[in-house]
Amino acid sequence: MWRFIGIRLLQAVPVILAVITVTFFLVRMAPGGPFDSEKAVMPEVKAALEAQYRLDLPLPQQYLAYLGDLTKGDLGPSFKYPGRDVNELISAGLPVTAELGIYALLVALFLGGISGVVASLKPNTAQDYIPMSLAMIGICMPAFLFGPLLVLVFGIYLEWLPVAGWGDIPGDKILPSITLGTAYAAYIARLGRAGMLEVMSQDYIRTARAKGLPEWQVVTRHALRGGMIPVVAFLGPAFAGLLTGSFVVETIFQVPGLGRFFVQAAFNRDYTMILGSTVFLSTLIVLFNLLSDILAAWMNPRLRAQFGGR
Amino acid sequence: MALLEVKNLQVSFHTRNGEVKAVDDVSFTVESGKITAIIGESGSGKSVACYSLLGLIPRPPGKVEGGQALFEGEDLLQMSERQLQQIRGRDIAMIFQDPMTCLNPYMTIGDQLIEPIVFHKRISKKEARQRAVELLEEVGLRDPGSTIDSYPHEFSGGMRQRVMIAMALINEPKLLIADEPTTALDVTIQAQILKLIAQLQTKRDIGVIFISHDLAVVADIADDIIVMKTGKVVEHNDRQGIFHNAQHPYTKKLLSAIPGGTKTINPELHQPLITVSNLNTWFDQGKHQEPVKAVNNVSLEIRKGEILGLVGESGSGKSTIGRSILRLVPITSGTVNFDGTDVTSLEGGDLKNMRRRMQMIFQDPYASLNPRMSVYDTLAEPLLLHGIETKASVEQGVLKLMDHVGLARNFVRKYPHEFSGGQRQRIAIGRALSTRPEFIVADEPVSALDVTIQAQILDLMLDLGKEYGLTMLFVSHDLAVVKHIADRIVVLYKGEIVEQGTGRDLFDNPQQEYTRQLLHSIPGQALLA
Repeated sequence: MWRFIGIRLLQAVPVILAVITVTFFLVRMAPGGPFDSEKAVMPEVKAALEAQYRLDLPLPQQYLAYLGDLTKGDLGPSFKYPGRDVNELISAGLPVTAELGIYALLVALFLGGISGVVASLKPNTAQDYIPMSLAMIGICMPAFLFGPLLVLVFGIYLEWLPVAGWGDIPGDKILPSITLGTAYAAYIARLGRAGMLEVMSQDYIRTARAKGLPEWQVVTRHALRGGMIPVVAFLGPAFAGLLTGSFVVETIFQVPGLGRFFVQAAFNRDYTMILGSTVFLSTLIVLFNLLSDILAAWMNPRLRAQFGGR
Repeated sequence: MALLEVKNLQVSFHTRNGEVKAVDDVSFTVESGKITAIIGESGSGKSVACYSLLGLIPRPPGKVEGGQALFEGEDLLQMSERQLQQIRGRDIAMIFQDPMTCLNPYMTIGDQLIEPIVFHKRISKKEARQRAVELLEEVGLRDPGSTIDSYPHEFSGGMRQRVMIAMALINEPKLLIADEPTTALDVTIQAQILKLIAQLQTKRDIGVIFISHDLAVVADIADDIIVMKTGKVVEHNDRQGIFHNAQHPYTKKLLSAIPGGTKTINPELHQPLITVSNLNTWFDQGKHQEPVKAVNNVSLEIRKGEILGLVGESGSGKSTIGRSILRLVPITSGTVNFDGTDVTSLEGGDLKNMRRRMQMIFQDPYASLNPRMSVYDTLAEPLLLHGIETKASVEQGVLKLMDHVGLARNFVRKYPHEFSGGQRQRIAIGRALSTRPEFIVADEPVSALDVTIQAQILDLMLDLGKEYGLTMLFVSHDLAVVKHIADRIVVLYKGEIVEQGTGRDLFDNPQQEYTRQLLHSIPGQALLA
C-alpha cells in the first residue's frame, strides 16, 4: 500500500517538473512583460524593478533560481500585487474555491448518481432516455450560458436566490455550486449508468434475484458498489477539474476564489503568479487522482488484498 | 402429488428478427426426493424453461406465452412478482454454472450466505451466521468459523461452488434447481460436487432439477432424465430407460457423441519430430515471492504423425507447455528441438519461418477470432503473410481451405458473430492449417462446444491430421476426449509429468495414484461401460 503510494508520488515528480519547465518558458515567450504598461516608465525605474524580481538575469539562471525557491516551498513574490507573495494569494483564494468545489461535487454526485442509476435500471426506455438526454445537454451547455440562465430564472424572475456574491447573503452559494456541478453531474450520470449496466448484467445479480430479494435490494446491496467504482475513480480528476475550472463561475457570480487570480495573472504577465498557480494546481491534480485511485482500489476486495490488507 | 408439475409451458423471445420459441409446449414433473435431469445442448431451452418458472428470464424480450407450473399445487406462472420473491430462495433455490461469477465479489461469503435467511425468515444476523457456519461445515468447507468472513476470490472454483450450494440450502428449500453446476470445474472437483449434491439431496429428501449439456455427468446421480432439443422435450424416462433403451434418435445421437473407445495406434510412429528436454517455464510474482513453476522440468517427445494428448487439471501447466513449445511464452530454461532445430534460440526471420511450421488452435473460438475480420480476411492473412499464395491465387486458396474444414463456400464474406461455436472452431482450424504447418498445438479445442458438435470437430481433426500428415499436441482436461483422439497420453500434475503411455496402457493399467484418481472421476463410467 505505502509502496504503491510512494511509487505514484515519485512518478509525479517528473510530471510536475515538466509542467513547471514548459510553463516557465512558455510565459516568457509571450510578448510583453509584467512592467509594460500604457504609461511610459523611466528606464531606471524599470531596471530597478527588474533587478528586484531577478528579471535582469539570463533566463536559465532565472529558471534555476525559481526551482531553488520552489524546493523551499516558496512560490515567489507576486509581480502585480507588490508586497504580497504568491503563497499568500493562493492561500487566500483556496478556501473559497475549495468550498465551492466541494459543494459542486456534492451536487454532481447527487444529481449524477441518482439519474445514472435510475437510467440504468430500465435501459432504452423513457426512464433511460430522459435523464441521459438531460445529461447530454448538461455536458454541452457551457457554464457562461447556464449560470446566467439560472440567475435569470431563480434570481430575477422568481427572486428566490441572490444573483451573486459568496457568503454575504444566505443562499448565495447555491447557484454557483449548481452551475459548476451540473456539467460534472452529467459526466457522473453517464459513468454511473455505464457502470451499473455492466454490473446489472453480471451473474451474481441473477444469484441475488434467485434468493428472492426485491429489486431495490438487489440494486442497493449488490449492484451499487461495483457500479459506482468508475464514478469514484472519476471523482479525483473531477475535483481537480472543479478547482481549476471554476474561474468562469467565479467570474459570473463574483466569487473571490482562485480562478480569478489565475486568469488575471495571465493577463498581467504576472509570471510568478501564473507559475505558482500552475504548480499548485498540477500538484493537486496528481494528488486527487492518486486519492481516487486508492479509494476505488479500496472498494474492490481483490485489489485491496494486493495492497497487503483485508 | 408431484412437487412440481409443468404443463404445456411456452416461452418465447421477441427479438428484432421476430419471435423465437425458446420453450415450446414443454411438460414434465419433478418428484420430491428425486433428481430430475434436463439434458440438452445450448439453445435447447433447458435453462430458459427453469428460469421462467421463477420469473428470472429477462422480460422483455422474454415472455411466458402459456402453460402451467404447479408447485405444490399453486401455479407459479400466475403469481405476482411479490409472491414469486417469497418462493425464490425459500422454497425453490438455485445454483448456477460458474461459481467464479455467481458470487458477488464485493461482499464476504458470510454476508451473502445469510442474506436469504435473514430476508425470508426474519431471524437475527447472529443466528443466521451460526446457521451459515454449520452449513458451510456440512458442504465441506474447512474452518468455516473464520473463512466465512473471506471474499469469494479467496476460494478455488470448487470451494465457491460449495459456498453456492450452502447458500441455496440455507432456507431448506423443497426444490433445488442446479444449472450446469459442474461444467466450469475440473474433473476431480466435478466428481466431488456431484457426490455432494446427491448426498445433500438424499439427506433432505428434496427435489432437484439438474440442468446439464452432458449426459455422462448425470449418469450416476439422476433418477429421471428429460432430453430437450430446440425447445421441445424429445424424451422423458428414468435413467435406465435413457441409457439402455433410448427411443428418440436425438437421444441416441447424444449417447453416441459421448467420446468413447480407445484409438488404435500406429506402431510405425517412432521418429521424434519434437523433443522437449528439461523444460522449465516459471512466472515471476514480484521480488519477494517464489515464482510460479507452471512447467517444472518436463521432458517429452512428440513423434512424427502422432497425436500426443496432454491431460491435467487447471493449473497443471498443460497449456503452458504448448505455448512454450511455440515460443508464445518466454521459457525459463530447457530446450525444444523441432526437427533438428533448437526453437528456443530462434530470432527474427527464423522464428517467423518456424511459426509457419507450428500453429495453434485455441479453446474459445469466440475470443480467438477477430470479430472485425471476415472468414476471408482471417484465412487470407496468413496465406499472404507467409507467401503461400499470391494476391492472384489467394481467393482460391481460401475457398480450398473452407472446403477442407467443412465450411460452405458462400460463408466466405461472413463475420465470426454470424457463426455457431462449432463453425467458428472450423474457421480457427482453417486458419491454423492455412500455413501448411507440420505441427499443431490444439489447446482444449472442443471444451467450449456442445457434445454433438464436439464429436464432429474431433472427427474433423482426426481426418485432417491424416490428410495433412500433421503431428499434434492435443491439450485437454477431458480424459475421455483425449483417449478417443490421442495415440499416446501424458498426464500432468502441478507442472510435472506424472505418467505417460498409450491410451490403453493408461486406462487399463494406471501406475500412479493421481492417474487412478483422475480416471475414477470420469462421470458415468458404470452406465456407459
